[in-house]
Amino acid sequence: MSRKGLINLRSLPSLVTLGLFLLMFGAGSLSFPGFFSLQNFLNLFIDNAYLLVLAVGMTLVIVAGGIDLSVGSMLALSTMLSSFLLERAGWKPGQVIPTVLAVGLALGAFMGYMIHAFSLPPFIVTLAGLYLARGLCYVVSIDAIGIKNEFWQGMANARIPAEAANSVSPSVIIALAVVAAGGFILRSTKFGRTIYAIGGNEQSAVLMGLPVARTKVGIYAISGFCSALSGIVFSFYTLAGYALNGRGMEMDAIATVVIGGTLLTGGVGGVVGTVFGVLVYGTIQVLIMFQGTLNSWWTRIAIGFLVFLFCLLQRVFEAGRGKSGKDGSAGPASC
Amino acid sequence: MSEQAPILEMKKIRKEFPGVLALSGVDFRLWKGEVHALMGQNGAGKSTLVKVLTGVHRHDGGEMLLEGRPIRPDSPLAAQKLGINAVYQEINLCPNLSVAENVFIGREPLRLGRIDWKAMREKAREVLGRLNLSVDVTRTLSSCSIAVQQMVAIARVLDSAAKVLVLDEPTSSLDEREVAQLFKVVRKLRDEGMAILFITHFLDQTYQIADRITILKNGEFVGEYEAAKLPKLELVAKMLGKELSEFSQASPGEGEKSRTASVSAGELLRARGLGRRGGVAPFDLDLDGGEVLGLAGLLGSGRTETARLLFGIDKADCGEISVKGKPAQIGSPRAAMALGIGFCSEDRKNEGIFAELSIRENLILALQTKLGAFRFIAPKRQVEIADRLIRELGIKTPSSSGEAKQLSGGNQQKVMLARWLATDPGILILDEPTRGIDVGAKLEIMEQILNLSRAGLGLLFISSEFEEVLRCSGRVAVFKDKALVAQLAGPEMTESGIMRTIAGGR
Repeated sequence: MSRKGLINLRSLPSLVTLGLFLLMFGAGSLSFPGFFSLQNFLNLFIDNAYLLVLAVGMTLVIVAGGIDLSVGSMLALSTMLSSFLLERAGWKPGQVIPTVLAVGLALGAFMGYMIHAFSLPPFIVTLAGLYLARGLCYVVSIDAIGIKNEFWQGMANARIPAEAANSVSPSVIIALAVVAAGGFILRSTKFGRTIYAIGGNEQSAVLMGLPVARTKVGIYAISGFCSALSGIVFSFYTLAGYALNGRGMEMDAIATVVIGGTLLTGGVGGVVGTVFGVLVYGTIQVLIMFQGTLNSWWTRIAIGFLVFLFCLLQRVFEAGRGKSGKDGSAGPASC
Repeated sequence: MSEQAPILEMKKIRKEFPGVLALSGVDFRLWKGEVHALMGQNGAGKSTLVKVLTGVHRHDGGEMLLEGRPIRPDSPLAAQKLGINAVYQEINLCPNLSVAENVFIGREPLRLGRIDWKAMREKAREVLGRLNLSVDVTRTLSSCSIAVQQMVAIARVLDSAAKVLVLDEPTSSLDEREVAQLFKVVRKLRDEGMAILFITHFLDQTYQIADRITILKNGEFVGEYEAAKLPKLELVAKMLGKELSEFSQASPGEGEKSRTASVSAGELLRARGLGRRGGVAPFDLDLDGGEVLGLAGLLGSGRTETARLLFGIDKADCGEISVKGKPAQIGSPRAAMALGIGFCSEDRKNEGIFAELSIRENLILALQTKLGAFRFIAPKRQVEIADRLIRELGIKTPSSSGEAKQLSGGNQQKVMLARWLATDPGILILDEPTRGIDVGAKLEIMEQILNLSRAGLGLLFISSEFEEVLRCSGRVAVFKDKALVAQLAGPEMTESGIMRTIAGGR
């Protein structure tokens, strides 16, 4: 992972994603007047801040070779809990936010514990989490709850000047802080490196004496935390708690992570790529909006197409890596 | 060497798994600054002993002393903390991480609470330098050769306070140059005072590197010897549990009968220069109809690899095969089946019997595969085929609809044999068909083999039991260190002949 390592195969997929983003943004700028502006670029972050938070947690999970399908439902549960506690129970934001985050952390840790302690497939456990969290939303309230809390209203409307007349929302600051924290964890902490080791070869990681159990529980806890935080950010954006929020959003998060160059098989990837993945996702939406005649469902088609493309790309990279490994494995028999 | 107390002493180690006594009272001693080879056939208990030592298993009896103090590691990590480290054949590192990180992960140098990558790279260069290895430490591990990966695994272990180093089959996928490189490192470490336990199937390598040899057989301690004072032939004999004097009387046995009984039904299979890197060196092999060709050799000698090549499980990277005089491409088991080749794997449980399926379904499988999934065999016909095979092979079961897992090992083996007979093959490859079944069943299986050869089939019979190979086979191909070293026929076909061939070098 030296400077030399930065341009090797590991970072190539995320560079491809960056290139794709620049290409799409450039194409949009040439095609539509008013597309090319700093504010339009910043809007990508404002509109997708919640997705970015979700995707960072998902990146950690996928790098470790796992998957978390519960994040969309967890986001919904988080919006429901926030709105319920604020509006019906009359809690203060200072109490609500830590509580909601703690619930996310605990549910995530619970799923991580199930996955590790009983060697269950993450796919199944988090699928159960998906249903559980979605169901809990309806226990909180069947109807949507609007949020009139001042702090929430303030966060929804506040704008932080970025440059000249351009500005971002507080949510963007939160999302970028999460990205920075995710990047730091993955790159510079023992916990983060253990995540890569588990994704590379879990069996080896155990035999190398790494704390695999603790780490696995930890990443799902972080993913749970991120989805709870994402729910709060989402409710800053929508100012309501609704049980149908974030349906299918787990797939959006997975798609952006994959487009960002993180291998679904684990062990390779990072949050920088994920940021590019989210930007690509956002740009597709904006392009379709600017185009005007296409249905918004075309976003899905484009994303689906890109995911195919990137999975294929990953396969090519993997084949390349595998081959270079085999070259050296000469046996005693030679022809 | 022996004047000092050993650094590691394992006394009367006993380990029991449900139904199996894996180790019964095994002694093992290891001194500082020696390379000690642990030798034994399949099931001898080598890997169990290593696993007890490295904390993967806990022993049920006996004691382990490290520097005179009793130890009982309960995990690989606990063993590592005691200074006992193991490097396995299947390298336990992370292929996606850099060389430097693989050396240091888990104990990375920190600076201000974050990983100090620069220091890590420098320290990695230093440690690998100790092993005379200059490699770009920022390279991804998967892009390095297996030999380098092996060294990185050793380097990882060196950095901690290692006292005992276990090398479990480290050379099995290295070429000669890489082996030499590895041995240089091993000797260096030995001279620095490391105690090294070395496991290999290669006899020649044992003599190249080992100072002392401990032999196990069937979970029992056979003896501890100084390598220089143990002739190779005697080592082979002891691994097989024979006395040298026994060999001279060994007779060709019933193989004679099959040889005389066989009417050559013409050439069936001919391999020329067939080989695979890392599998088996190029070899020539002929098999005629009505012939049983025995493949003899120690574990890991290349017998199974040969069978896998001929059945298309592994792809050969050189050489030619012809079947019944026609050049053939065997790129997959399906292709092999189309040419009339059948293969019974040595791994009955995982690669042979489908325990949850009925006996009938198990019997029909290969035939159905041969016909293709769309030409379904009618249930009535299935029952007919199954009943006929059960009768012909004497499979002991009340009905063909019982689950295969309820059968004894010997009867499961017959089911596998019958499965292939259903496809009416011309060539049958049997890899250790007699392993783990009782004596009566062994005799029945061997009787079937001879019957089939009389019927004109060509059979390849692989077994670790040289007696069995000799009893059934008309000729014997002897394997050693992943190469076919000789083909014996006629009067040379004795147990001592096989052993002398194995001990005699290539």
